[in-house]
Amino acid sequence: MYRELRNHIIGLLNANTRLDGRKLTEYRKPIDLEYGVVKTAEGSARVRIGETDVIVGVKLDVGNPYPDTPNEGTIIVGAELLPLSNPEFELGPPGIQAIELARVVDRGIRESKAIDFKKLCITPGEKIWMVIIDICPINDDGNLFDASSLAALAALKDTKFPEIEGEKVNYKMKTEKNLELEKTPIAVTVIKIGDKFIVDPSTEEEKAVDARLTVSSIEDGTLCAMQKGGDYPLTTQDIDKMLDIGIEKAKELRGYL
Amino acid sequence: MTYKRRIDGRGFDEIRPVEAKVGVIKRADGSAMFRIGNTWAYAAVYGPRNLHPKFLQDPKKGILRCNYNMMPFSSSGERVRPGGSRRSKEISLVTEKALLPVLNLDEYPNSVVDVFIELPQTEAGSRCAGICAASMALADAGLEMKDLVAAVSVGRVADKLLVDLDYSEESYPDASVADIPIAIMPNSGKITLLQMDGEVKKEELMKLIEMGKKALIGIYEAQKKALKEKYREVEV
Repeated sequence: MYRELRNHIIGLLNANTRLDGRKLTEYRKPIDLEYGVVKTAEGSARVRIGETDVIVGVKLDVGNPYPDTPNEGTIIVGAELLPLSNPEFELGPPGIQAIELARVVDRGIRESKAIDFKKLCITPGEKIWMVIIDICPINDDGNLFDASSLAALAALKDTKFPEIEGEKVNYKMKTEKNLELEKTPIAVTVIKIGDKFIVDPSTEEEKAVDARLTVSSIEDGTLCAMQKGGDYPLTTQDIDKMLDIGIEKAKELRGYL
Repeated sequence: MTYKRRIDGRGFDEIRPVEAKVGVIKRADGSAMFRIGNTWAYAAVYGPRNLHPKFLQDPKKGILRCNYNMMPFSSSGERVRPGGSRRSKEISLVTEKALLPVLNLDEYPNSVVDVFIELPQTEAGSRCAGICAASMALADAGLEMKDLVAAVSVGRVADKLLVDLDYSEESYPDASVADIPIAIMPNSGKITLLQMDGEVKKEELMKLIEMGKKALIGIYEAQKKALKEKYREVEV
């Protein structure tokens, strides 16, 4: 079904260009990041990369710690591929695509230790903060992984703690206390089509993907999470190149925070 | 018990500030954004397109399918669990019924027009905001329509009749309250949505409907302006 499109895309890549005239490792412009777009959330952000448009909201709630980590709070990441944002998305509980997206975003934040879970402890062994991050695409024009990761981090940066009254949260009273971010993990998804590597695929390019590698890295280039996708394998040389692109492009994206 | 002044300082017949925009979701066949105060709705229309499962198909005409959904962070209280509730299902149903009278789907047998309404942020009046956005999105999708649909809530707080209740009024603690979402077809004045919680006298209700119709002129103008904004270049 997509063979013609794929051949066309490969032809363009061989000529060092793409459907929209971009270079291979160039993000769409403009990249737009807005903080605090949703007043009902404790933190929120909206990221637009080209026509891809994602809102992420953070809600905070008080919960009980896990028995094995009595002094640590927790984060929960959810993603819903809203049928409003893409004609191919359907109503219903999150499918495997949404689950993968949420887990890739989760790992980038969790494994980089961007949030010190100990600082989310209210009463050791009893009460902790649960940081619930929800990803909602408004328009999916490709590359939800990178847009969602960036929006999630920005929404966390925007998050302020509400007051606690007794056992419950008083959502009407926000404090001036920010959720502190110790690191800024940035996810860059590098796509392999034929023998070429690109970033920031459009929806058409996503249909032609052989393999993808989402690389999350922090300021000093240390990798904190990865996810390989796509139906085709990667050689070690491929991975070497893809990591270089991922780490390099993360620096550029970090500039938008 | 009297309610002397509105908490946010509005006149009793005054709606909150409105912002409307059309064509905001590129992948949709039609789309719109509608904000009233702190309530913020998006609507996307997909179709007419093939309807699955097949037993839902109508060989005589296309069907309209609406889905209303609050984003998990859209409520000022606790997180809204994703996946839909009884409330959201009912709102989806009444939204469908509010929009159907303006559409003519006879040309699209066995097809569906899907309307997805998403609310990133809510503070009362969300079903009305959703209907306002959806009717603009249907027009943006180029469907044949008899009219737009404009919606707002009217109601009573203590002894005062008012339009476009906000959250503090909807949940006013010290007096009896009536909350009445209505939708109209502005050109014919016919009503396509009418619900009520609370208590109200018949005479008050009739007065409230008239107040609502007046307030909806402003919303209808905002909807038309947003549509014309997008299609300005085509006008010549």
